[in-house]
Amino acid sequence: MSWKTFSSMLARDAHVARRNFVPLLMQTLLQPLLFVFVFGKVMTASGFMPQAYKSLLLPGIMAISMVLAGIQAVAMPLIVEFQFSREIEDRLLAPIGIGWIAVEKVVAGMAQALVAGLVVIPAGWLLLGQGVNLNFSRPLAFAGVALTVALFAASGGLTLGCSIGQTQVGLMFSLVLAPMIMFGCAYYPWSALKSFPILQKAVLVNPLVYACEGLRSTLVPQFPHLSTMIVLPVLLLIDTAVLAAGLSRFQRKALS
Amino acid sequence: MGLGIRTQDLRKVYTSPPPAAAGAAAGFMFTAAKARGGRNSNKKKPEIVALDGVSLDVQPGQVFGLLGPNGAGKSTTVGVLTTRVRPTSGQAWIGNYDVWKDPVAVKRLIGVVQQRPNLDFALTAREILLFHGAYFGLPSRERTGRARELLEQFKLTDRADQMVRGFSGGMMQRLSIARAMMHDPQVLFLDEPSAGLDPQTKLLLWEIVRNYNRAGKTILLTTHNMEEADALCQRLAIIDHGHIIALGTPAELKASLPGGYLLRLRFSRTSPDLVGRLQALPGVREVKAVDGQAADLYADRGGSLVAEIVNTASAEGAELHDVHIAEPSLENLFLHHTGRSLRE
Repeated sequence: MSWKTFSSMLARDAHVARRNFVPLLMQTLLQPLLFVFVFGKVMTASGFMPQAYKSLLLPGIMAISMVLAGIQAVAMPLIVEFQFSREIEDRLLAPIGIGWIAVEKVVAGMAQALVAGLVVIPAGWLLLGQGVNLNFSRPLAFAGVALTVALFAASGGLTLGCSIGQTQVGLMFSLVLAPMIMFGCAYYPWSALKSFPILQKAVLVNPLVYACEGLRSTLVPQFPHLSTMIVLPVLLLIDTAVLAAGLSRFQRKALS
Repeated sequence: MGLGIRTQDLRKVYTSPPPAAAGAAAGFMFTAAKARGGRNSNKKKPEIVALDGVSLDVQPGQVFGLLGPNGAGKSTTVGVLTTRVRPTSGQAWIGNYDVWKDPVAVKRLIGVVQQRPNLDFALTAREILLFHGAYFGLPSRERTGRARELLEQFKLTDRADQMVRGFSGGMMQRLSIARAMMHDPQVLFLDEPSAGLDPQTKLLLWEIVRNYNRAGKTILLTTHNMEEADALCQRLAIIDHGHIIALGTPAELKASLPGGYLLRLRFSRTSPDLVGRLQALPGVREVKAVDGQAADLYADRGGSLVAEIVNTASAEGAELHDVHIAEPSLENLFLHHTGRSLRE
């Protein structure tokens, strides 16, 4: 693997991301922040939700924002670049193994996912004011969860980006992302589903559940949550599977 | 010192339609897989035979042309040689590197211009060159200098810092070629480089190709334009339906046509006797008298006949006023080998 080639491709992605900074930020952050505002501010201030909901909500929003950012950061450019114009070809012809080009996309996507996740914390503080109660006593566990969530998001973007065409982007949102978010335990802890036993088992196939529960366990342990001892290994397993699927799809798409 | 290109028995059969990475346009022949008995007939896949046993040997430092109509297999051959299309069987080498065993080493040696512009639309023209140089590990100062030179050479300096999205087809094509030369590759592949270029730009391109070749670089280009093949290539392969049907220098190929030369003669006067004696000259295939003063003479050779024609004419008391020698064209050659015109 040529490190020079790899880092130049990262530099290219960073350059393009910098150029599109504002639209990119809007694309990934607006929706989660609106959620924070409506559920965390409006609903709590008006008394429909308890004050504590602010803290419960924030890790879930963070997870959604990371997953959306990572998937979009990798999938959207890939879908365009593999179109008729084959924009990706200058990188496919660069002196580096084809798999590394996909890995580079994933690394760039992870960086964007982490940024999108981390800005939720100060934004939440600013928007919600008092009553946000985050706990940073387990920084390593938090970093581990954040990294595995980012890896899931970026690998998922790779797999989706190599599987669908430009005409199916809308479908990707309504068929894949919307159910994933609604049943992802972002707005409620997993334990809240105990009165729906079948649903509670079923949502365990949803990676976002582990992302939200993992962030909850490391940021707001005062609420019920799944243990990181479960969350981390499961997320790693999902990461491996999704990344492997994405890499093989990328290879197939890149060569004919 | 350039590097050679070699392929042995390349075959490529597509089982799924549009071969996007081949950069190949429409025009492939779809042949439904032969139904062998009832057993196989239920899983008939459309098979597209793009290459059917292509063996080539391009010498280092040569400009080699692949000439053929749309869908002949030119782009697929380039695709296989540039690590973009995996052959169904057969082997390909750039220098001593097996393209499919060591693709990364091969990619370092080659520059590729695809048939369709495939520029990175998220960047400006200059950035495209700079990042391309960076992918190939050029140091920063060298990149900047080389990008400036190439933009100048391809007359793109005034648009260098604009996004390429708004470029015209010709500008994109020029930039694609500049990009392929950015890392100074030993072997340059040009897939239909002059398609869509205006005549002026085409001449600029030819000049650039010749200069690059003078620096000892090997160039493989595909074209369906006879004039271009004739003007640029030192050797040619004519390809049709995935087969090489003729191989040689443009002159050799043209000379391989029986009676390929056409000499249009104008005399002070002609006579049936003169026509009869011209007909008897060695190498002459056919003589057609035209309106009492002129004759069209088809022959295996061109210039070397002129002296004999002059002598024959003066022996008959006629004077040769004008000669026009038409070299056998590649167009005629393609027609001869395939029974079809190139433009069909």
